[in-house]
Amino acid sequence: MRKNVWKSGVFVLLASMLVLAGCGKNENKAASTNEAESDSGNEIKVGILHSLSGTMAISEVSVKDAEMMAIDEINAKGGVLGKKLVPVVEDGASDWPTFAEKARKLISEDEVATVFGGWTSSSRKAMLPVFEELKSLLWYPVQYEGLEQSPNIMYTGATTNQQIVPAVSWLLENHGKRFFLLGSDYVFPRTANKIIKEQLKVESGELVGEEYTPLGHTDYATVIAKIKEAKPDVIFNTLNGDSNVAFFKQMKDAGISPKDITTLSVSVAEEEIRGIGVDVLAGTYAAWNYYQTTDTPANKTFVENYKKKYGADRVTADPIEAGYDAVYLWAAAVEKAGSTDVEKVKEAAKELEWDAPEGKVKIDGETQHLYKTVRIGEVQSDGQFKEVWNSGDPVKPDPYLKGYTWAASLSESK
Amino acid sequence: MLQLFNGISVSSILLLIALGLAITFGLMKVINMAHGELIMIGAYTAYVVQNLFAAYLPDAAFGWYFALAIPASFAVAFAFGLVLEMGLIRFLYGRPLDSLLATWGVGLVLQQIARSLFGAPNVGVTSPEWLNGGITAFGGAVFPYKRLFIIGLVLVCLFVMYLYIYRSHSGRRMRAVMQNREMAACLGISTRSVDAVTFAIGSGIAGIAGCALTLIGPIGPSIGTYYIVDAFMVVVLGGVGKLVGTVFGALGIGLSNTLFEYWTTASLGKVLVFLCIVAFLQWKPMGLVAMRSRSLDN
Repeated sequence: MRKNVWKSGVFVLLASMLVLAGCGKNENKAASTNEAESDSGNEIKVGILHSLSGTMAISEVSVKDAEMMAIDEINAKGGVLGKKLVPVVEDGASDWPTFAEKARKLISEDEVATVFGGWTSSSRKAMLPVFEELKSLLWYPVQYEGLEQSPNIMYTGATTNQQIVPAVSWLLENHGKRFFLLGSDYVFPRTANKIIKEQLKVESGELVGEEYTPLGHTDYATVIAKIKEAKPDVIFNTLNGDSNVAFFKQMKDAGISPKDITTLSVSVAEEEIRGIGVDVLAGTYAAWNYYQTTDTPANKTFVENYKKKYGADRVTADPIEAGYDAVYLWAAAVEKAGSTDVEKVKEAAKELEWDAPEGKVKIDGETQHLYKTVRIGEVQSDGQFKEVWNSGDPVKPDPYLKGYTWAASLSESK
Repeated sequence: MLQLFNGISVSSILLLIALGLAITFGLMKVINMAHGELIMIGAYTAYVVQNLFAAYLPDAAFGWYFALAIPASFAVAFAFGLVLEMGLIRFLYGRPLDSLLATWGVGLVLQQIARSLFGAPNVGVTSPEWLNGGITAFGGAVFPYKRLFIIGLVLVCLFVMYLYIYRSHSGRRMRAVMQNREMAACLGISTRSVDAVTFAIGSGIAGIAGCALTLIGPIGPSIGTYYIVDAFMVVVLGGVGKLVGTVFGALGIGLSNTLFEYWTTASLGKVLVFLCIVAFLQWKPMGLVAMRSRSLDN
């Protein structure tokens, strides 16, 4: 009898682990702060919807901070159309149904003029039908896998042809032809690698290996053994989150330095460097559109203000900057349209230009993505990036890679 | 050859994270879901020790912080385990589901405390210089010092645990209580203090595991969740209640995991390993090494 209790206990344990792992993420829903109640006519409510709790909070809280800072700055200069911006902050809790639900609440109940929010592709895909149904507008600040274009979303992060495609070309030109693709096992790395494989075929690169590990995987001994056997020139790293720490630490232990095999990551920015440890990352590359060290006058004030507001130990990074841009671009479009009406704002936003911290950006009227400058950076021993290459002019966004003949099969399949 | 080494290395890590659980779950039958968080506490202790060394001692001494971090991690996790046992687990013996939920809750609380104290992002621990690099063997295979160190650490832990459990007075009392609580109590052993110390030792070893894991993995508030499933798998596969079973369990999972991962992919390899474990437990529900004792026959 007693024995059975233990045995069933173990089964209950394992079963509950799966369940709890699933719902553990939204265990602490933060209270929403709803400061706006008046409709007196001299305020405009805007929604901010990021994960302030759960696994994604690490990344998204900083984006929220940057958006709040932009709103404060705009208010300090007299607001938009002479009205003060009032942010309504909601917590998506790292859980995509919550994102959809909160988006609906922001639009229908709070009647916000627009929403800034999201990070993971799953959260964006969950919010997309809500914004299309209620004819509202979402500003999404993170680089993503492309192959999407909603009339109700403005994408201020990079699409593939502004990050991955130029990075692959740069690597082929400067670091060798033999590619090893390593990623976490979910939609972004798999889509990205599908694109890279097509590109390698036409740009005479060679695929020597492709590996996916589950999110949260921490032992890379075997993967590294495979990498050693494949003898790549380049590792294209789309790992996400904690796996990066284990991978880079164990690469160093295995005696493989960034000089032996070039590694380029697309999910490692300034904030991640601090958690992974600069001693194992120095000398590796990353592809983004913005670094804290990007040398523009706008960036100098941006970094200064951000550190002054949130602490000297904070760093800025690409998605943080893209969130900041989104608020300013929306404000400029509203000023131009003379109204917060979504259709009028979208019309006014077309071909709108702004001097962002990353340099000049422009909204592409056709795709509602941004023209962005591509920048490849090398991790330095102080935890910052040194830019080693940039695209010069901002690159026109091409979410379906229509401008690339080799990508025809990719865009058709979607 | 390198794969065999990798397999043994993975096994040693699994064994290290499961060793503490082999005591708290294996011997004491407490389904301790906070085991992963005790590992996390060990990892953060190593981080704190590192920062203290960096702040107060000359640079030359920095490399030796790790030698102090191991006993410090053990001590801190031991203390947490003691408090946990006396404040909570004590009231839950014989109620597996209650202790499952209560310790899960404790785990969440500990994660949140870590988040408030150290911030949500991961923190970095710089490995001591003397552990960088490795031995290059024939054919260019590299055996990293860190992995060799972890294997050595596991062997030392095992040996010390063996000495304690099978060769010391308090270890004999521990075994007596675990095998027949009533009889042990009749003979004048304070079962309460034995329980508390046993649980605390299991927790302390989890702390050592956390400290060692800073060498190869991330250090963040939620790292415990990455290791806890593996830890339970090792103990259950090895056979609940036997230390030697845990050793075989870790070797079995570690070696098969590396091999499957080598032949297929990381995701598929894990699935295959779990399938094998399920099939094996159907065949031998008591695990690799079954405990033979009359007191458990009913």
